[in-house]
Amino acid sequence: MQRYYFDHNATTPVSPEVFAAIAPVMTEVYGNASSIHYFGQMARHALDEARRRVAEMLGATAEEIVFTSGGTEADNLALFGIAQDGHAVTTTIEHPAVLGASAKLAGVTRVPVDGRGVVDPEEIRRALRPGTKIVSVMHANNELGTIQPVEEIARIAREAGVVFHSDGVQAAGKIPVNVADLGVDLYSISGHKFYAPKGVGALYVRKGTKLTAMLHGGHHEREMRAGTENVAGAVGLGRAAEWIVELGAGECARERELRDRLEQGILDRVPDSHVNGAGAPRTPNTSNIRFDGIDSEPLLIALDLKGFAVSSGSACSSGVTEPSHVLTAIGLTREQARSSLRFSLGRSNTAGQVDALIEAVAEIVAHLRKLAPAYA
Amino acid sequence: MPEQTIAVAMSGGVDSSVVAGMLHRRGERVIGLTMQLWNQRRLPELAPDGPTGRCCSLEDVYDARHVAQHLGIPYYVVNFEQRFEDQVVKPFIEEYLAGRTPIPCTLCNNFIKFDQFLEMAEGVGAGRIATGHYARLDWNPDSGRWEMRRSADRAKDQTYFLFGLKQEQLSRTMFPLGGMDKPAVRELARELGIPTAAKPDSQEICFVPNGDYAGFIDAYFREQGIEPEDTSGELVTADGRVVGEHSGVHHFTVGQRRGLRVAVGEPLYVIATEPATRRVVVGRNEDLLRPAMQVNGVNWISIAPPSEPARAEVKIRNKHAAAEATIVPSADASRVEVRFDQPQRAVTPGQGAVFYAGDLVLGGGWIE
Repeated sequence: MQRYYFDHNATTPVSPEVFAAIAPVMTEVYGNASSIHYFGQMARHALDEARRRVAEMLGATAEEIVFTSGGTEADNLALFGIAQDGHAVTTTIEHPAVLGASAKLAGVTRVPVDGRGVVDPEEIRRALRPGTKIVSVMHANNELGTIQPVEEIARIAREAGVVFHSDGVQAAGKIPVNVADLGVDLYSISGHKFYAPKGVGALYVRKGTKLTAMLHGGHHEREMRAGTENVAGAVGLGRAAEWIVELGAGECARERELRDRLEQGILDRVPDSHVNGAGAPRTPNTSNIRFDGIDSEPLLIALDLKGFAVSSGSACSSGVTEPSHVLTAIGLTREQARSSLRFSLGRSNTAGQVDALIEAVAEIVAHLRKLAPAYA
Repeated sequence: MPEQTIAVAMSGGVDSSVVAGMLHRRGERVIGLTMQLWNQRRLPELAPDGPTGRCCSLEDVYDARHVAQHLGIPYYVVNFEQRFEDQVVKPFIEEYLAGRTPIPCTLCNNFIKFDQFLEMAEGVGAGRIATGHYARLDWNPDSGRWEMRRSADRAKDQTYFLFGLKQEQLSRTMFPLGGMDKPAVRELARELGIPTAAKPDSQEICFVPNGDYAGFIDAYFREQGIEPEDTSGELVTADGRVVGEHSGVHHFTVGQRRGLRVAVGEPLYVIATEPATRRVVVGRNEDLLRPAMQVNGVNWISIAPPSEPARAEVKIRNKHAAAEATIVPSADASRVEVRFDQPQRAVTPGQGAVFYAGDLVLGGGWIE
């Protein structure tokens, strides 16, 4: 059976270019980057090169990049590193990494979003209080793709003298990111969301931001993250970042065209279907669509059995009975949230695949509605 | 949607694993589905050692997935927790508090496994389902009905819990183990290379740890923020004599002897529980004998609803040796009276009454 992958927000394959960059590092550049000898120096060199490439993608300098094990660690390092005993202001639609970490701080205020899934910066301002040590607002939402007004929120945080972190895991690689333009102090990225391997990510730490390390046991990563460096992972992340810079806006435009084709096709073919987060600025590859009267669980399984991989929310919450916190945060009922599917496109997708997906969705939704007597 | 795909309800146990394996080997197009019915992380006070070793535990899902991977069949976990709580757990609690002794497995079969699961299977393109139940199904072209028979392995027979199934449900259901006994199933599991071939059978009600119903009910109420109702009261004899006190009516079931803590010379048994007065009626063993009972919610399986009194052997609980009786229909097709040839001990409201003719399952209903 031909299989098509439409779940690139969950993870992406390692691209051939990235793989080609990593493979020799794993077998040949195996030194410990902290070692003094030749082997160590080769590893250090590869690591530094990777750091420069990641910095370039983000518009940062190399010494502002801290490699981590991924997005979750980067988010945890940002929140605990700044505000362990303080108050955080964040939103109701953050990724579980930020929701979970912020819940462990001394206090947290979660600012609601509008019906499109966008937070109002003024609401962030109103949530600030004297003990607030960090504002953390994601750049792009993983389920809806909605892009948050990060620049404005950064201004508000700066005026208040509060550190601003943005979880950029779903933005980096999908839309241009320049940390200086955004005005963020901390910015998380994850390699496997843009064709680098799982297990590597980074936290941008603006020069002068005082961050307390969470992992102890060595002087690695400028005292901010102890542990022998994952050189191969970092090289992969660096190569993926370089690739993003080389590709420029062309791939984004291509995926946006496919995404629009998918949405238009489904809205045309499937009655009573709606795009969640419509009307908001969104990442070009993400579409979240609701099918009235349908439970997304059999829809997702039936699509998989036909070879189409999609998601009913974030992969991190699958298997959980509670409806998506993001979809309920934009005002959907539990039933509406449970009738929604996320399609996230990537480099491998073609117009032909999108057309086949539209066909399959239309057929399965019609079948499921026939079985649901409640749906009139 | 193609009709030929079969969805196997995989619990992670040996029986349903063998079902998936034998159908797959036979060349059927098989998908495995595990129903997530109850979150075992709930009510942690009931299982101090953690949520392990019971139905719907992470280990069971792991085992089912392992088997599916071994067989190379598509596999998914489907979440029915809400429906299970509404249609199995809550009625289970209400029944106990109303002084009856419920059978959640039957409710689960009626409302989950042969209802929502069938629907899910059809939704994903599987026209038929297969389970590891020990029961036999045959199509009788003369009567135009699906007939259910007790399994070849009498000790494993599960027809007592399947009396609520309708013809339409049976028409899309397969019980591939019905003709086998347990040792043969284990042997086949080994032959198929099922990784869990030696896993012990499950016994108790899946969501109640250690069979402690009363403890489960109390813990459930605490979780819901409801102070458990005080149902303690008096132990009385049939003629109204108070002989002691008890800690709550839902701790008692008809026929029970243990836990009465009364010494009156001869052994005492629970004859009835009366939630309204919070009294538990006790008496001698012979006081438990009943010549007849009313049965409601009757469903006929292998025969059309009879219009005349019919002879049958009737089981009044799972481990009961079926008793000869006459089933007397009433104007209401869902109600019958069962008149036993010999009075039966501990006819327990809330349990099932299942009617047999030899191995054939005629039908069944709920004891009033």
